[in-house]
Amino acid sequence: MALQSGEKLPMFIGHIWSKQKSRWTLLGLRLLAFLAAAAATLVMVLNKQTKTFVVATIGTTPVNLTLTAKFHHTPAFVFFAIANGLVSIHNLVMIMMDLLGSKFDYKGFQFPMIASLDMLNLALVSGGANAAAFMAELGKNGNSHARWDKICDKFGPYCDRGAGALIASFLALALMLLISFLSILNHKLVNSSSHNSHNNIIALPN
Amino acid sequence: MAKTKRIIITILLRLLAFGATLSATVVMVTSHESAEVMNIKFSAKYSNSPTFKFYVTAEAIATGYGLIVLFLSSRRSFDRLIVILDVVIALTLTSSISAALAVAQIGKKGDTHAGWLPVCNQVPKFCDHVTGALIAGFVAAIVYLVLNLYSLHVFLTPLFPV
Repeated sequence: MALQSGEKLPMFIGHIWSKQKSRWTLLGLRLLAFLAAAAATLVMVLNKQTKTFVVATIGTTPVNLTLTAKFHHTPAFVFFAIANGLVSIHNLVMIMMDLLGSKFDYKGFQFPMIASLDMLNLALVSGGANAAAFMAELGKNGNSHARWDKICDKFGPYCDRGAGALIASFLALALMLLISFLSILNHKLVNSSSHNSHNNIIALPN
Repeated sequence: MAKTKRIIITILLRLLAFGATLSATVVMVTSHESAEVMNIKFSAKYSNSPTFKFYVTAEAIATGYGLIVLFLSSRRSFDRLIVILDVVIALTLTSSISAALAVAQIGKKGDTHAGWLPVCNQVPKFCDHVTGALIAGFVAAIVYLVLNLYSLHVFLTPLFPV
């Protein structure tokens, strides 16, 4: 099974990696990535904690201060939620396109569109996850040089839920990386065999 | 002719990205300022924040990678490996710039809900220096993204169509 432009893959990959199995593997990975990104978005958007602190005591009545930690106080978390939302929509659209779009005429743009959209969404989710990760590190450890106190010791459950959303987002990032490479590899394998058959058909009448 | 055009465009993009990452690293590393406000000594260096240390590390790795690839770019056997590594380096650059931007935004505007005061009023020259480094890093991330899309385009349309 020789490929285009002088590139050869070992023969056993062509035998093991049949077209049907690769399609379902890719679909399953996209479903996992969609679930992970959607979970990250939901957990971050619903992340909220209210806590009442006793600040001072006047006589016998304590003076209370109620503080709320919401995700939209921090711009990095807003970006994280938006990025993961967009990535989950992208994966959903790709799944729909694979399952339902076989009769649609793409005029040859299907594969470049999938590959470049995958790459762009990969960059997006990577940016969102890392910005939120470093903001969470700042909240957990504070920064003594800038005199910023840590907040995770006061708002423990908020930080824990944020950590869960971050883990889901990094999982989605790893899955999207795998999906990008697999879909390009898959297309190269599948299309090269059809090109070879084209060559045979064209060469025969001569 | 098409092959020469492809090589020239790739080398130009890589040179631009190499220059951007190099300047981002150098400008961030040389940014430090001390200020004394009401007997409290504020000393701002890039190493005070783990995010900026990660930024410098990521940009330095991208600079080294860019230098190596500039010398290897026309060797046929490394083509696919270079495309894959380009994607990985572009991801690293976007993640480092977004993390650094998030922390720098806190430094400039503060976070009233967490009780964090902005530091740019005390050390304005440090803030300007860091802004310059972040702009260079942003340009580098965009150039690497364009390079990846161009490599994908070249990869998909083979040079000698049958």
